[in-house]
Amino acid sequence: MNPFSLTGKTILVTGASSGIGRAIAVVCSQMGATLIVTGRNESRLSETVSMLEGDGHLQITADLTNLQEMEKLVESLPKIDGLVNNAGIANPLVLQLTEENDVNDIFQTNTLVPVHLTRLVLQHKKLNKGASLVYISSINGNNCAYIGSSIYAASKSALTGFMKAVALELSPRGIRANCINPGMIETDLLKAGSIGEEELEKDRLKYPLKRYGKPEEVAYAATYLLSDATQWMTGTSLVIDGGYTLQ
Amino acid sequence: MDANEFIKNFAAQFDDTDASEFTPETRFRELDEWSSLNALAILNMIGKKYSVMLKPEEMKPTNTVQELFDLVQSKLS
Repeated sequence: MNPFSLTGKTILVTGASSGIGRAIAVVCSQMGATLIVTGRNESRLSETVSMLEGDGHLQITADLTNLQEMEKLVESLPKIDGLVNNAGIANPLVLQLTEENDVNDIFQTNTLVPVHLTRLVLQHKKLNKGASLVYISSINGNNCAYIGSSIYAASKSALTGFMKAVALELSPRGIRANCINPGMIETDLLKAGSIGEEELEKDRLKYPLKRYGKPEEVAYAATYLLSDATQWMTGTSLVIDGGYTLQ
Repeated sequence: MDANEFIKNFAAQFDDTDASEFTPETRFRELDEWSSLNALAILNMIGKKYSVMLKPEEMKPTNTVQELFDLVQSKLS
């Protein structure tokens, strides 16, 4: 029995229509899991499903910032062995120009969605014994900070605090909760952002390993945390940052 | 797009340089307090006030307030 295998496990991944979420879904399927993928964009979500190995995967288009939609999604779920809270947003914005809606939007997606989704899968008894909860946090707010990211940093460190208490509270049922704290990852979110290629290239060189991470490198860590190899790991944060926070 | 309004919004992103010192000819990169934080604040200000999302490398060739104003205006037209 391979302790890293996900065979026989059903795993829900949020934000699976692109970037890190898509990579997590794909790698989990390669490790034998049955996936339930959710995201806002139906066609891109279908694209993710077409990339999955094996059969029986499920696709649910939903905007999780809408609590009714989230509850509907949770009610429709089979029992799951893993939940990856991945959906997130980032946009460099100095505090001086930050408005109430900027704060609300970032906290909504990065913190409140994972909080409510965890709460609802628990309340609707959708978690199998020994299930693994994975939260994609960030080095930003937990291990370091950047200018223009005060609200983002706050939203991600809040997520880490939440994960720790959940880990403790669900430990009697063998349910584990852990974070992954990635450094900068090459995704469409990055390409679509306000940072230019020249600036990005300069920033990549600040990493001891001289590049940003790849989505699949976060996916490998998620797979690890979802597998039985980490049955005695809970309440921790795995830093995956090419050595960035060593400096 | 009003030039005086733009200069006012631009000046508001600085703390040590008095707003009255800013003119269309001001070479903002030469100001003592110029930093990457001002650069980001100015990009955010342009995004918020004018709904123009500039990338840092688009802003890079501009040196005076007038040049930046022209760049933003070119994106609006």
